[in-house]
Amino acid sequence: MDLSRRDIFKIGGKLLLLASAGATFDEILGAAPPPEAYRMADHWWGMIIDIDKCIGCGSCVRACAQENQVPAGFFRTWVERYQVEEGKQPLVDSPNGAMDGFPPSKRTDLKSFFVPKLCNQCASSPCVQVCPVGATFVSPDGVVLVDETYCLGCRYCVQACPYGCRYLHPQKRTVDKCTLCYHRITKGLTTACCENCPTGARQLVDFKNPKDAVHEFLRNNKVEVLKPYMATGAKVYYKDLDGAVR
Amino acid sequence: MIPGVDGFIYPNEVELQWGLLVVLYPYITGLVAGAFILASLERVFKVEAVRPTYRLALLTALAFLLVAPLPLQLHLGHPERSLEMYLTPHRSSAMAMFGFVYLWYLMVVLLLEIWLEYRADIVRLAQTTTGWQRLVYKLLTLGSENVSPEARRIDDKVSYVVTVIGIPSAFLLHGYVGFIFGSIKANPWWSSPLMPIVFLFSAMVSGIAAVLALYMAFMKVKKMPLDMGCLDTIAKYLFYTFVIDFSLELLDLVQRTYEADESFRTLDFMVHTRLWGSQVILQICVGTLLPLALLAANQLWKFSELRRKAMYLTASLLTMMGIFAMRWNVVIGGQLFSKSFLGYTTYKVGFAAREGLLSAIGLMALPFIIVVVLVKLLPPWAEGKPSENVVG
Repeated sequence: MDLSRRDIFKIGGKLLLLASAGATFDEILGAAPPPEAYRMADHWWGMIIDIDKCIGCGSCVRACAQENQVPAGFFRTWVERYQVEEGKQPLVDSPNGAMDGFPPSKRTDLKSFFVPKLCNQCASSPCVQVCPVGATFVSPDGVVLVDETYCLGCRYCVQACPYGCRYLHPQKRTVDKCTLCYHRITKGLTTACCENCPTGARQLVDFKNPKDAVHEFLRNNKVEVLKPYMATGAKVYYKDLDGAVR
Repeated sequence: MIPGVDGFIYPNEVELQWGLLVVLYPYITGLVAGAFILASLERVFKVEAVRPTYRLALLTALAFLLVAPLPLQLHLGHPERSLEMYLTPHRSSAMAMFGFVYLWYLMVVLLLEIWLEYRADIVRLAQTTTGWQRLVYKLLTLGSENVSPEARRIDDKVSYVVTVIGIPSAFLLHGYVGFIFGSIKANPWWSSPLMPIVFLFSAMVSGIAAVLALYMAFMKVKKMPLDMGCLDTIAKYLFYTFVIDFSLELLDLVQRTYEADESFRTLDFMVHTRLWGSQVILQICVGTLLPLALLAANQLWKFSELRRKAMYLTASLLTMMGIFAMRWNVVIGGQLFSKSFLGYTTYKVGFAAREGLLSAIGLMALPFIIVVVLVKLLPPWAEGKPSENVVG
């Protein structure tokens, strides 16, 4: 079969057209299904912390500070070191929130452990209760957030938080706190602190997900929240929490 | 180690969130409520002896009420958003109601009562003065120039009703301020059902003391003789209210000490160290026991007029200082200890900062300037007749 140059161009042109049309068609119908849209009502976020696994390295504190641009001297999460001597007040320290871990302890004869802290994402949150304009709220998926375009900076919520988790952002002049990395968890990721914990001491959990590890964790372990007598509905559960922890 | 921090505190607790300006807020609103309640003694409870201070008490309440929101406004991180408290109040917040309680008290109670009380004077002044003064008084008449005996009788009736509403309102205003602190369960230094009532009585104490001191100062400046019967009566009421106030505070102390819950050791240590000067020395010894002793002595013995004046003035000034110290100890003291109960932080007042000493002095001076202007504009006394009001 003789093909002139003109024929070759014609066939080539048709093929090109077909290919591009096919590609467009493919794009319209979607080759891969779109990621499932995030539905707030399907989640109820919290965290579980295994104190025995925490080594006080401070990775979580650094990761949080970097991920959320936390101003120096303030903390969305921090780690405390408890050194408990029988019958005495515990010795507690958290140098710069454990941003750089801990110096070696001078006492080796004491019961010693680390306690990571963060906002407890309380369901009956006293900070939310007192906000005069409703700038801080519990989201439908159980995260306590602050609308920084609405916060007056009165700091009543800072006073009302029993756990010391809130602070006034020195530049924004509004109250700031742990958001449980809301920008990440709504995209299917875990929090910066959990992702960077080398021992898996802290895990983001979704109480509404029946397959979440939290259910087994709560069933099989002795757990406690911080200051349970405050009745804040805290959703950060600690495994084997020592009575000395405040 | 962080400078100023002892023991362990949560890392976000190093800086105090509520400083000197928030101390001024309950102090100033307390003076408003106290001054108003003194005024109501004459109006509702017919204690005629305090009549010479009736109008002054109202003007003092107004002057302080006008200044009351300013420290809060200056304290906010975003003062430009403060109107949101009125527009979109969060109903579960104790603080959200402040704007409404404030407006109710200012517009419905105080301004109305002052206007009714002074209406006849304003009409008279609008007719007798000239120039800008005439214009001001004309405006203040609000277009109502009828001062016939019948109209005055109605004024009097309405004013009585307003005062009767005013008393619970004054209680509400300051009891409510106490609730702002008393309802914070996270803070054992504040969390107490007694807080609103302690605030209320301390408000009455400070307000009565302020009017007493102001009355003496104005009489001195105006070279008018003091009405000693009036002074004695106010001092008597100051004494009674102060006894109730101090008893309530002692009750709180006894309860805390006896219960000795988990926060007790921490708070007890704080009172013996960081708050020793401001609480034990200034508030209790110099600001409570000493004025109480001076006032009590006058209930027991009869001193000469000169001595009584000196004792009353000293007692009222010490009382005002003592109540200020009380506000300081509540607001600042409540933030000096960690909610971990394992450590303490320190508060340093800035000087020229937004929430510093200069702002506080300015804000504290402002109501006194306003009261001088108000006294000039709306004279509480007929010149030369100290024991009677202008209107009979």
